Amino acid sequence: MVQDVNIDKKLNIKGVVCPYTLVKSKLAMEELKVGQILEILLDYPEAADSIPKAMLNYGHTVLKVEKINSTDWIIKVRKEVED
Amino acid sequence: MDFTEEQLQRYSRHIILPEVGGKGQKKISDAKVFIIGAGGLGCPVGYYLSAAGVGTIALIDNDNVELSNLQRQIAHSMKTLGMNKADSAKKTFEALNSDVNVIAIKDRINNKNILDLIKNYDIIVDGSDNFPTRYLVNDACVMLKKPLVSGAILRFEGQVTTILPGEGPCYRCLFEDPPPPGLVPSCQEAGVLGVLPGVIGALQATEVLKLILGKGKPLAGQLLIYDALGTNFRKVKIPKNPDCAICGKNPKIKELTDYSQEYCAL
Repeated sequence: MVQDVNIDKKLNIKGVVCPYTLVKSKLAMEELKVGQILEILLDYPEAADSIPKAMLNYGHTVLKVEKINSTDWIIKVRKEVED
Repeated sequence: MDFTEEQLQRYSRHIILPEVGGKGQKKISDAKVFIIGAGGLGCPVGYYLSAAGVGTIALIDNDNVELSNLQRQIAHSMKTLGMNKADSAKKTFEALNSDVNVIAIKDRINNKNILDLIKNYDIIVDGSDNFPTRYLVNDACVMLKKPLVSGAILRFEGQVTTILPGEGPCYRCLFEDPPPPGLVPSCQEAGVLGVLPGVIGALQATEVLKLILGKGKPLAGQLLIYDALGTNFRKVKIPKNPDCAICGKNPKIKELTDYSQEYCAL
């Protein structure tokens, strides 16, 4: 089901480490309207855990956290609140 | 809202705050703040606002750095002894953050120049050390409807308040007129704990950033009093005086007072 959602913006932060994974994800979310979806591609293991937590704290919905290969994760977040 | 990689790193702890974010950081970099005095209060206020990335910071001071300043005026140093204080602080702030445009004004603020000097700034910070200037700044800010973050220190006690003209009370609502010269001692006569202006200046800088961001509740209509010896903060409500000489319904003060004769000794 979630695979079918429309992605409004894609962010590739492979090679980026914490806390800049969150800084870049936060800035990308700010560019979306409420209801739109961001797809984040990352390879920093800690961020696969911390980004979803941070997005929940901001009030957004985490639709998906998936390890897609031996190094990379995909996270999908729907914007729920204005910044 | 394009940040350089360097700015992303510098402001990362701001950007990840929900109350700031990239949008808030942009507001900070667009803001213009005018600081009266580059002394005990002006130094920490300007230092933290520079660190925060406030785009334009003006500082006015006519004095030169002396050794007796260095116990509390943290933007100055042995290397800037004898230099004008606004110039000395500008050097320090620019070394901390080259994003900030620091404008040093080597002059004494007075009833003739104040309106022109502050008119293009968003927020005014009072870090002056005397009552005539404090009242002059208050009256000018009320006339121009500029938010004013006022601070004062003596011995072990400090005060902060935020004045939002048109919304809350002003300094004259609290104390109608300056005390007569000589009644209240100056720091020069009575001393001041060196760290005290750091505490009060940091509170003023916090108020400035809240106003820029439009977040939280400004310290308007209240006077925050810090007692360092007792480690005690208390807030006193300041009622708006409907008959205030500058911000009341029928203001008596129509033009800025020239205090230079009366207080020439200061």
